[in-house]
Amino acid sequence: MQRMACSFPDEVLEHVFSFVQCDNDRNAISTVCKSWYKIERWSRRRVFVGNCYAISPGMVIRRFPELRSIELKGKPHFADFNLVPDGWGGYVAPWISAMAAAYPWLEEIRLKRMVITDENLELIAKSFKNFKVLVLSSCEGFSTEGLAAVAANCRNLRELDLRESEVEDLSGHWLSHFPDDYTSLVSLNIACLGCEVSFSALERLVGRCPNLRTLRLNRAVPLDKLANLLRRAPQLVELGTGAYSSELRPDVFSNLSGAFSGCKELKSLSGFWDVVPGYLPAVYPICCRLTTLNLSYATIQSPDLIKLVGQCQNLQRLWVLDYIEDAGLDAVAASCKGLRELRVFPSDPFGPEPNVLLTEQGLVSVSEGCPKLQSVLYFCRQMSNAALMTIARNRPNMTRFRLCIIEPGTPDYLTLQPLDVGFGAIVEHCKDLQRLSLSGLLTDRVFEYIGTYAKKLEMLSVAFAGESDLGLHHVLSGCENLRKLEIRDCPFGDKALLANAAKLETMRSLWMSSCSVTFGACKLLGQKMPRLNVEVIDERGPPDSRPERCPIEKLYIYRTVAGPRFDMPGFVWTIDEDSAMRLS
Amino acid sequence: MEGSAGNHEVYPQFLDFIPKEREWLVNRDGQRRHGPSEEKELELRLGPPGDQDWSMRDSTRKNPGDKSESLLSLGYFSSMTQNISNGSQNQMFSASENPVGAVISSPWSSSAYGYRGKTLHNQQQTKVPSFLQLTSPLQGLPVVAHEASQRCCTEAVDIQGAEKKAFSPSSATTAVPNSSQKRTAPGPVVGWPPIRSFRKNLASGSSSKPAPVSQNRVPDKVASRTPVETCRKGLFVKINMHGLPIGRKVDLKAYDSYEKLSSAVDELFRGLIAAQQDSCPAGNQNKQEEEKALTGLLDASGEYTLVYEDNEGDMMLVGDVPWHMFISTVKRLRVLKSSELSALSLGSNKEEKVRH
Repeated sequence: MQRMACSFPDEVLEHVFSFVQCDNDRNAISTVCKSWYKIERWSRRRVFVGNCYAISPGMVIRRFPELRSIELKGKPHFADFNLVPDGWGGYVAPWISAMAAAYPWLEEIRLKRMVITDENLELIAKSFKNFKVLVLSSCEGFSTEGLAAVAANCRNLRELDLRESEVEDLSGHWLSHFPDDYTSLVSLNIACLGCEVSFSALERLVGRCPNLRTLRLNRAVPLDKLANLLRRAPQLVELGTGAYSSELRPDVFSNLSGAFSGCKELKSLSGFWDVVPGYLPAVYPICCRLTTLNLSYATIQSPDLIKLVGQCQNLQRLWVLDYIEDAGLDAVAASCKGLRELRVFPSDPFGPEPNVLLTEQGLVSVSEGCPKLQSVLYFCRQMSNAALMTIARNRPNMTRFRLCIIEPGTPDYLTLQPLDVGFGAIVEHCKDLQRLSLSGLLTDRVFEYIGTYAKKLEMLSVAFAGESDLGLHHVLSGCENLRKLEIRDCPFGDKALLANAAKLETMRSLWMSSCSVTFGACKLLGQKMPRLNVEVIDERGPPDSRPERCPIEKLYIYRTVAGPRFDMPGFVWTIDEDSAMRLS
Repeated sequence: MEGSAGNHEVYPQFLDFIPKEREWLVNRDGQRRHGPSEEKELELRLGPPGDQDWSMRDSTRKNPGDKSESLLSLGYFSSMTQNISNGSQNQMFSASENPVGAVISSPWSSSAYGYRGKTLHNQQQTKVPSFLQLTSPLQGLPVVAHEASQRCCTEAVDIQGAEKKAFSPSSATTAVPNSSQKRTAPGPVVGWPPIRSFRKNLASGSSSKPAPVSQNRVPDKVASRTPVETCRKGLFVKINMHGLPIGRKVDLKAYDSYEKLSSAVDELFRGLIAAQQDSCPAGNQNKQEEEKALTGLLDASGEYTLVYEDNEGDMMLVGDVPWHMFISTVKRLRVLKSSELSALSLGSNKEEKVRH
């Protein structure tokens, strides 16, 4: 092999490698031989770091000197549901500083669940002359001032996507910082912003950027402004409306309808806050072209939803509130034969009683009617093993199945049994299942099924389930491809963790909160496994001020080659090899 | 606590599993304490994933006499539980030890919550024989709820218990197998249901639904965040003054006429303007006019004029339309130098707007 490798000049190999873009394949290439490793590292342009603490910026820079694009993820997924206290970490600052010095030609930064400040944004804006793409997904720590710096300085910016980030809204004026001669915008997503942006600046920006294909407005953009925007950007492919309400006026309606009709490329719609149903027909002309429809903020009732989705024969992705009800999902099953992804969100998650007629039947209907359905997120209040088994048999091609029965510990409503066999059927039939979220009444048995069948499973979310460590042991010992495991409020303790310690090094991370893990076990793990960071998150004070058998609040374990981190707040405790308890 | 080697008292069972080196392999035949009244010790082996070595599998699967299989059954399962020893049924919920406290009448919730605060020693387990037969009728599938251990940490358990208590049904009087599980509003659990903050409070459209109360020490700052900051009590709009980098906000609902607004603006900025003129090196001759009142805001007769930006983005002169109409369309205010008025495009030059 080595002889063959040397028989090609480096340039040829590099050219061949340039056709390989997938990270896993690139990683494989780099392990073939030293020569390939060297060529590959010099030619790698894009890197994905799934856990920003798994490696240090310096290590990345040393290995890949010519990066153009980096993606980083910070906080654990459960941070989305406020389970990670503020100040835990995920700061991007050290990365930005290091990259500002090392990668003057960096073009793309994508962050998820990280903390980024205005200073960081300003550094980005000033350091990277050819900066093109900034995606901040569920990030926080910055304000519109930082955005102004990016707008003002990044002359080649193509994408500014703030999806679901928390931005301190100081003023809507930041948008005006895009220079008048700036025309390269391709994608703008400001849907998460609360305050108004300067609308005239927005209009002018949209009008002068001929390549704009994605525009996601925020709620503050009124409906009667939308038509003008659309007329300036008829080439739009993805649109997020602002508030979709206005006094019903025929001229406004016809103006809007005409504007929509003029957008011949429009395939994705979102937004739809505060929907006035009378204005929905304005989008009917384009429904047949839609592949993605996000109505998850649209508080409209089932009949209006049915009329809308009934026309979307080419829909592939539908996000909707449970106002759609079973009847609406029947309509989806009948009309949207190409549906691949369905997400049904709860309209009234904290109400004690169901407020809509949405049951397991809706999901069963869609599983029957939509042969390509492979990704499901479904909030409901009742479920049965029979329904789950039906869904499993209907859709063995399912790859992502996340079911949230709103009340924890809810059994099969028909038989009052746990839902073990139902979920067992899911993992048994859906052999390519990559992601699974459990809910309802579940014993250790479901974990045995998962450990036995879910061989391709990469991410598992568990809450209020199981009976003993055996459950956790089944998962850790059986799921060969498990990368992320997040658990809350389950009776899992030390035994399964310690017995499967080596497994933890094969995973990206493990989160356990409100379980029965003791500090002693955490210390043991921390001492024995130097390539794991074992973080005890406990806001009650030092864990050793309580008996060692006392369960800790939260545990976050992740593999790392960077050693313990140094930016831990006071409520994160970790143990290193020399057994001293490390404080922040 | 320093190191594992010294923790003989705390981890007797782990000492056997964890030799000095980092070998975790356990002698399969060792360590089995198999007394009839003892709990089953779980043999743990650290091997590659998929190594189905959990020894319980081979052990007393069909050993009904083994009292270690003390499964807690819920009332509804009593007729179906064949594998459990009868004595265990009375251990339901272990009310006295259960940190949650009250006997939870609905059988469903307790099974999920009965685990709080227990330690390893009390974990018990058994094998369900037909675990691989997915379609077989559920024979004796008890929902196992373990007895809560003695409180090892009252504080922690109380916190957890408080959370659970909040969620248990308060008024369900009988354990009726009611599929809809009617109960009064359960207390909120942190992070449950798992939806993002910006998806909450959609049904009501306002903040009338209670946001989940965070049990964390850290204030749950995102829970009350709404995408649009509409304050129903007042109408706060920004007001910027020419020459001043920092603006103010005024509550327009506090006034009912243009005159009152004008005097309010005057009060807001008078002092700031004077302060700025003081610091301005070229403004020496204005020093004697310490606090010059801002007059003539509404009729362009003074040094400054009040304008506003309406809901269509146009800059309009304040004062043309009735007050209530002004209130409904105003988005922000500006105080400009009168001398600059003509340089700006004012909305009144455009087509007549009758909309409100």
